Amino acid sequence: MAQIEAITGRYLNIKIEGRAQRLYFEEAGQGIPLVCLHTAGADGRQFRHLMCDAAVTEHYRVLAFDLPWHGKSNPPAGHQREEYQLTSAGFMAIIRAFIAALELDRPVVLGCSIGGRIVLHLALEHGAEFRALIGLEAAAAQQPWYDTSWLNRPDVHGGEVCAALISGLIAPQAPDESRHETLWQYKISGPGIFKGDLYFYRVEPDLSDRIGDIDTAVCPLYLLTGEYDFSCEPGDTLATAERIPGARVEIMKELGHFPMSEHPVQFRRYILPVLDEIRG
Amino acid sequence: MNLVDRFEFLPDLVNGDSDLLRRGQFLRLDFLVEIGAEPFRISVEAGHITLIRGPALLRSHCFSIAAGEDAWLAHWSEPPAPGWHDLFAMTKSGAAHIKGNLQPLMANLQYFKDVLAAPRFSG
Repeated sequence: MAQIEAITGRYLNIKIEGRAQRLYFEEAGQGIPLVCLHTAGADGRQFRHLMCDAAVTEHYRVLAFDLPWHGKSNPPAGHQREEYQLTSAGFMAIIRAFIAALELDRPVVLGCSIGGRIVLHLALEHGAEFRALIGLEAAAAQQPWYDTSWLNRPDVHGGEVCAALISGLIAPQAPDESRHETLWQYKISGPGIFKGDLYFYRVEPDLSDRIGDIDTAVCPLYLLTGEYDFSCEPGDTLATAERIPGARVEIMKELGHFPMSEHPVQFRRYILPVLDEIRG
Repeated sequence: MNLVDRFEFLPDLVNGDSDLLRRGQFLRLDFLVEIGAEPFRISVEAGHITLIRGPALLRSHCFSIAAGEDAWLAHWSEPPAPGWHDLFAMTKSGAAHIKGNLQPLMANLQYFKDVLAAPRFSG
């Protein structure tokens, strides 16, 4: 039977750090704004299940934009002569510009992986702007597990190697259909984009020295990490949470690095109580 | 059947899998797998594999993947426990080691991961 989902997609033309960007975003639901940040080398469709979950959309206006260079957000004019590199300052500028343009009032921000790391930056530098922050697969610091130069070179297919690398970050219990939908997003990513996203993650200084400065009285912080994630290991997240008084932390069973897309049913067992608590 | 004997059935698992053969169709190389002290030389030809158990003196190979018996046993458990479910999780923790010319491995990574995980699903 034909069925149209409740998700709507639109384009936002906006200047970010002086540069014109055309951001694609999707949204569904009404209530408290919940801005979702996708993982490196992927796009906002990772959150499609959250957007189609009535238990979420009854209370939250769920929004997910594709970062510039990702998904249906084109690279900016002149991109052909650049190597894409995401910085923490640039990432925060995009998030805050999106929120300001849509006039979202103290939204909740939920980010996964690089989106989870930037949530920690937001907590440190702009906590008062948010109702709550949720970091999935997030830690102040984590150890690299491969050489990112493999991600973009002429003798290795970028999409195939990106997908094959991250395939190990998905829990074995993930349904096959969801596993391969998650991998597909990596196969269709632009050349060098996954690698460029990891710039602020791998090359910029991590947050080890500053993480204890997060004030959860200003903005509640939730950290949830899948037990099968060996990129951001559960121990990395637990060590981070230990240094932030008031941070809530949970290790999610039978989930890996992409909880919202690799196993949506299992993920909602963990995220719904968090969202319920945030709305009070 | 012990672990090493179980690995000898790998060609049956791989050569009967049309999806693996399709994905490995451009491959032609030899690589080495070590299960503890036991080496296996695996020749790949258009996705099909042949396997020779034991030392192969003065034969070169493209790359090698080595782990202890316990590590392979954990990798082939169904479901594998966290940290043992992926070759790169095992290299990160130091439970496995990959050496040699990694370009063909990375260019065909899902093929090799799936070949080496095949015993997990063989009962």
